[in-house]
Amino acid sequence: MAQQTPVAKQEVGARDPRLIVDAASPSGLVSGALRRLRGGELGPVPVIIGLVIICVVFQSLNSNFLSPQNLSNLTLQIVSTGLMSCGVIMVLLLGEIDLSVGSVSGVAGAVLAVLAVNQGINEIAAITLAVLSGTLIGVLHGTVFAKVGVPAFVVTLAGLIGWQGVQLYLLGSDGTINVPYDGVIASLTQTYFVPWIGWLLAVGAVGVYFASTFLGERRRAAAGLPAKSVLEVAVRTVLLAIPVFGAVIVLNLWKGIPLAFLIFLGFVVVFDLMLRKTRYGRMVFAVGGNAEAARRAGINVDLIRISVFALASTLAAVGGILAASRGFAVTQSSGAGDVLMLAIAAAVIGGTSLFGGRGSAYSALLGGLVLGAITSGLYLLQMDSSVRYMITAVVLLIAVVLDAVSRRSRKAHARG
Amino acid sequence: MSEPILELSGISKRFGAVQALSEVDLRVHPGEVVALLGDNGAGKSTLVKVIAGVNPADTGEIRWEGKPVTVNRPGDAQQLGIATIYQDLALCDNLDIVANLFLGAERTSAGLLDELEMERRAQELLDSLSVRIPSLRVPVASLSGGQRQIIAIARSLLGDPKVVMLDEPTAALGVAQTAQVLDLIERLRDQGLGVILISHNMADVRAVADRAVVLRLGRNAGDFRVEDTPYEEIVAAITGAADNPVSRRAGRVTVPGSEEA
Repeated sequence: MAQQTPVAKQEVGARDPRLIVDAASPSGLVSGALRRLRGGELGPVPVIIGLVIICVVFQSLNSNFLSPQNLSNLTLQIVSTGLMSCGVIMVLLLGEIDLSVGSVSGVAGAVLAVLAVNQGINEIAAITLAVLSGTLIGVLHGTVFAKVGVPAFVVTLAGLIGWQGVQLYLLGSDGTINVPYDGVIASLTQTYFVPWIGWLLAVGAVGVYFASTFLGERRRAAAGLPAKSVLEVAVRTVLLAIPVFGAVIVLNLWKGIPLAFLIFLGFVVVFDLMLRKTRYGRMVFAVGGNAEAARRAGINVDLIRISVFALASTLAAVGGILAASRGFAVTQSSGAGDVLMLAIAAAVIGGTSLFGGRGSAYSALLGGLVLGAITSGLYLLQMDSSVRYMITAVVLLIAVVLDAVSRRSRKAHARG
Repeated sequence: MSEPILELSGISKRFGAVQALSEVDLRVHPGEVVALLGDNGAGKSTLVKVIAGVNPADTGEIRWEGKPVTVNRPGDAQQLGIATIYQDLALCDNLDIVANLFLGAERTSAGLLDELEMERRAQELLDSLSVRIPSLRVPVASLSGGQRQIIAIARSLLGDPKVVMLDEPTAALGVAQTAQVLDLIERLRDQGLGVILISHNMADVRAVADRAVVLRLGRNAGDFRVEDTPYEEIVAAITGAADNPVSRRAGRVTVPGSEEA
């Protein structure tokens, strides 16, 4: 027995022979990536392929599609619904749905316009109050859902109609409030950064990514845990650097990086870090995966639910404010029409599962880009809304089918 | 034998008109596996819930390491060092093994999740239980039933419990997986933990349990040392075979030629 102990100890430290280890070579990286794809871990791959196809098709039909001006407009165009998507993603992760984000964005816009224009309050204060009104609405939705037990679908459906009513009431008989062209509100979407700031941000972001990943993997290796090789970290960094630097080059060819797009990116990055790196994010995933298990683990499920709905409505309000800024006005149709469907569709197209517990904040960016590119391309081709609606519906359907199929494939490959 | 770590005496529990438990006794020593047996409705689950603090007892005394304690909430039981693993395991399928092990008790550094520390602790814990799982970063949905059971048990051990209660841990498992779980139960016992094992499976009980406590209709119906008790005797206590019209009559009168009846 005493002689066997050292042998057993050695075994414990060794890597499990059943674990497939990819060679730390380019071919090993490729084969590992292919294996994960077949296992249903599609990640952002389908969206990126879709985005490339969309770009190729529209560029071949209209050579202005990939022009810096159009792409710069595209980044501004997706900001408002993208922010709403970001909130929708949080709710989808819980396995619930929020149908009220469009109406809430409209109400927040109306609150902003009434306070800033009609009441003449300082614009920054008005923006703050409009955001807070979104938070309050979300707390209300979340409380009715979590504490009273009304299905989220119904609560937010009531919100969809009710908050639109509030919006119409606030806007009064005119139905439209114009926002001044020279204020803080308008500057949110009218500000562009000079080229060197864009480069600084891009280099900084890529550098921070590489340094944190590289050091993290080094620490893992030092602790005797499986770690990614330097090669893999380098490849990932390059894959991140290509779109980042590409975007900076293209945007700098027009007016520079738009402030609004940076705000959107900032929210996406912060939400991604919050979801992946904090206890709060872990709790959101846990509640979305198995609420009863989360409750027994001591997580305050009601509080998580209320906070997620509060975040969703807050982001919807921020989206509404940026929509008001871009349109220079808040009207009765702000946040109405297809805004809600686009926000939800962007989240799903970006790869967040409708079934709860799977997804990432980057879905808002990727899905938003896909829908924005389609909208922008069809405008350039002078197609009207009818075609756009049909194409958007097909893209959404493809995304949901991919979600369902990859879920089945994950089940078959036993990957959750 | 050493002092019992957990000792229940005279536990009674009533639900409306139903006396679910009456005057039930149970004790568990450190390093001992006690099987809690009984037919459906015998009061096993009620007793488990009493110990876990989910449904406190109406009357009776619970002593922990010799001292009387009150267990009125699940938190009380956890604080004493009683871990309960229910049948449905309560794992989040979408999260990986490390995340599930530390769910609700995540380690953080500077406000962020300390994944490194958690993965290292998880690896240590599973190594100490001689549990071999290829990667700790796969979602638990990808694990076999036995591995899931083991993760659920391992999670309860992070709180350094002294008594572990397992509700039918092998009910849904195949032969090999059952063996894995039974191995784990033996390792817990060897580490000096008291284990309460609720099971319908007499083979499992004979394999790992030191004592078998039988409940029948909410009362103690026997406390056997598993080693020196024949299988039939335990089953008879569970089913109440010693308590039927024939044997009652046999105890009362001796009817000549009753073998023919």
